[in-house]
Amino acid sequence: MPTKIEKDAVSGTMTTGHEWDGVKELNTPLPSWWVYTFYATIAWAAVIMLLYPSVPALSGYWKGLIGYSAREEVMQDMATARQARAATFQRIETASLADIRRNPELFTVALAGGKAAFGENCAACHGAGGQGAKGGFPSLADDTWLWGGSLSDIQQTIQYGIRNTHAESRQSAMPKFGIDGVLTNAQISDVAEFVLSLSRRSTDAASATRGAAVFAENCVSCHQENGTGNRELGAPNLTTGIWLYGGDKASIMETVRASRSGNMPAWVELDPMTIKMLAVYVHALGGGE
Amino acid sequence: MEDRGAIKEADRAAPAAPRKPKATTVPAEVFGGGLYKTRDKVYCKSVSGTVRRWKWIALSILLGIYYIVPFLRWDRGPHAPDQAILMDMAGRRGYFLWIEIWPQEVYYLTGVLILSAIGLFLVTSLFGRVWCGFACPQTVWTDLFMAVERAIEGDRAQRIKLDKAPMSVSKVVRKSAKHTAWIAISLATGGAWVLYFYDAPTFFRDLAAFEVSNATLAMIALFTSTTYLLAGWAREQVCTYMCPWPRFQSAMLDEQSLVVTYQKPRGEPRGKGKGGDCVDCSLCVQVCPTGIDIRDGQQMECIGCGLCIDACNAVMKKIDKPVDLIAWSTVTAQQALEAGREKPRFRVIRPRTLIYASVLVVVSVAMATALALRPTTGLTVLRDRAPLFVTLSDGSIRNGYTVKILNKVREERPYTLTTTAPDAHLSVALGDLSVEGQSVTLSTKPDTVSTFRVYVTRARSAVPMESVPLGFIATEADTGARTRTDTVFLAPK
Repeated sequence: MPTKIEKDAVSGTMTTGHEWDGVKELNTPLPSWWVYTFYATIAWAAVIMLLYPSVPALSGYWKGLIGYSAREEVMQDMATARQARAATFQRIETASLADIRRNPELFTVALAGGKAAFGENCAACHGAGGQGAKGGFPSLADDTWLWGGSLSDIQQTIQYGIRNTHAESRQSAMPKFGIDGVLTNAQISDVAEFVLSLSRRSTDAASATRGAAVFAENCVSCHQENGTGNRELGAPNLTTGIWLYGGDKASIMETVRASRSGNMPAWVELDPMTIKMLAVYVHALGGGE
Repeated sequence: MEDRGAIKEADRAAPAAPRKPKATTVPAEVFGGGLYKTRDKVYCKSVSGTVRRWKWIALSILLGIYYIVPFLRWDRGPHAPDQAILMDMAGRRGYFLWIEIWPQEVYYLTGVLILSAIGLFLVTSLFGRVWCGFACPQTVWTDLFMAVERAIEGDRAQRIKLDKAPMSVSKVVRKSAKHTAWIAISLATGGAWVLYFYDAPTFFRDLAAFEVSNATLAMIALFTSTTYLLAGWAREQVCTYMCPWPRFQSAMLDEQSLVVTYQKPRGEPRGKGKGGDCVDCSLCVQVCPTGIDIRDGQQMECIGCGLCIDACNAVMKKIDKPVDLIAWSTVTAQQALEAGREKPRFRVIRPRTLIYASVLVVVSVAMATALALRPTTGLTVLRDRAPLFVTLSDGSIRNGYTVKILNKVREERPYTLTTTAPDAHLSVALGDLSVEGQSVTLSTKPDTVSTFRVYVTRARSAVPMESVPLGFIATEADTGARTRTDTVFLAPK
């Protein structure tokens, strides 16, 4: 309740006449231009709301008088970017993989494009950065390759895949030595012991010697006499420390018994340029040959 | 210039002006009534004297610095701009004479701001609001605009008369002449502002060829309009209502600070023949750029410009009284005067000033040291997150790192990259080739960051734990200066 408007004794300022439990409010009014500025900002907000998309409705929203759309702007920006990149993409399409690898500009673009495509298509199995995953998804960053690690080998693998129904697919099959009754359990144990000895991890020399004979009879046609494998057939090198399905004796025995034969789809839905960029990217992950 | 005679003349020119000064700028009708205060236009009367002279000198020096600095040149060699002070936004560099600041070194600017703030605290605790009264751009430009206004529309009395006069050809001519002059000054202000971000000769060439970008024009327009509005129209409203500094500068002031003071014990009771020295001529109010009465004591609105001192001294001389009825004085001195004690000495050294000064020295020394020891090489190492590590066919472990070498010198420099692990084998792909070994030599591009993919391979036995520390050392081949960045080397469990 406004009571008495009076001059405050201490500050010399007039009071507003408001008093709460003996506390009086001093009248220190705002300058009027300040409040007009405030009104101007309200008017400005109203104009912006009219011009731009603003008020939501039950279905749709007020689209604004000037027809602005942030989504369209992004689309336009993306179209502009595509146009700007078109020339470089065309060069990537026509250049050979080796040329792309040699040309710093094309290489940079291919790496970026390959990384994006890898994230969308490949990372689900091979992991981000191509580190591989348990259960038959090989690391693409190490220095071993089942089917070859040159640019063209990688391109071929990505394009057509492994052990799928595509006519150009890389094909091979390891016999199910145990299931099909080719080898007995004891023989499987011996040959596994021999395989361990190839990477100098055997603990039972007698068993390994027996296994060597089994290996020579059944395995060398694909894995070679010294166990270094054959990339033509995707037969892995058995002498290294890298094991796709586990390198302990039990895992090796299971591989011999039932075979593994992992597969990879043919990426026919990807355009050749994307495949090229992917090949360059995978080649650069750390293991390219 | 005007002298004491001018005061007489002005008095004649405004015979109707009430002798009694208004105590406040708030019109009487809003007391207790209105929520908003209508603005009382301040008609600032011209004045001459010592303080006014110092204000002209400060104005000339400051405006001189503002307009001349962008034209100073500084030779930095063929690939760098030769403007002495330039914020090169497109090139992402700040140039201050011999100092070149990179975006990641923006803390030097922060340091300068801190120094400025502490310097302001120190000066304020000693001499009150000299910044506000003499050096603040708002004050400098308002002073300039007022001088132009006075030259075109005349002094206080004439301006009051002109504003009250009905619309006429001469009024329109005078007013439009004033605003044209103001806008011209504002354009020069806005134009000079962009020169701190734009090589000055290039700017004028581009301007002549109509090649100045819209963004630059928008910046000029922004600074032109704010100069025109703030110095021409808003003036003391900026200091009273917009600027935060007056609101908290009282925290830096104490009873030992020099502030513009009306010496009440000497002046009161005011009025001719009342006994005090103050003849109540109201000139101190008429010359005040913020329209206050200094005789009401220290006020938030007072910018400490001291023009009232000049006005009062002129009157004191005329009536043969000692000068400095209004003077720079301290609260302590006024208390002594009131009690009839001897005037105390002005104390420069006080705990407050000592603290501000020592903080100022510490920050200055810290900044100067940081600047002097500033490295010309930066080494950043980002370890690969996917994969964390790669086991190679021979069982050894490989980690991938992205190594960025920042070469701040404007020439290509070779660096030798090594690690703290003597067994580590480095491999870096450089285009089609790759360099390998315990140490690799990498050439860096001038004045930019060069990025390298570095693979570090170590025997499994050399990495007993999941994670071992690993430091990268970039040694500049010519000078042998070493830069080290620490990271880790990861291995399987």
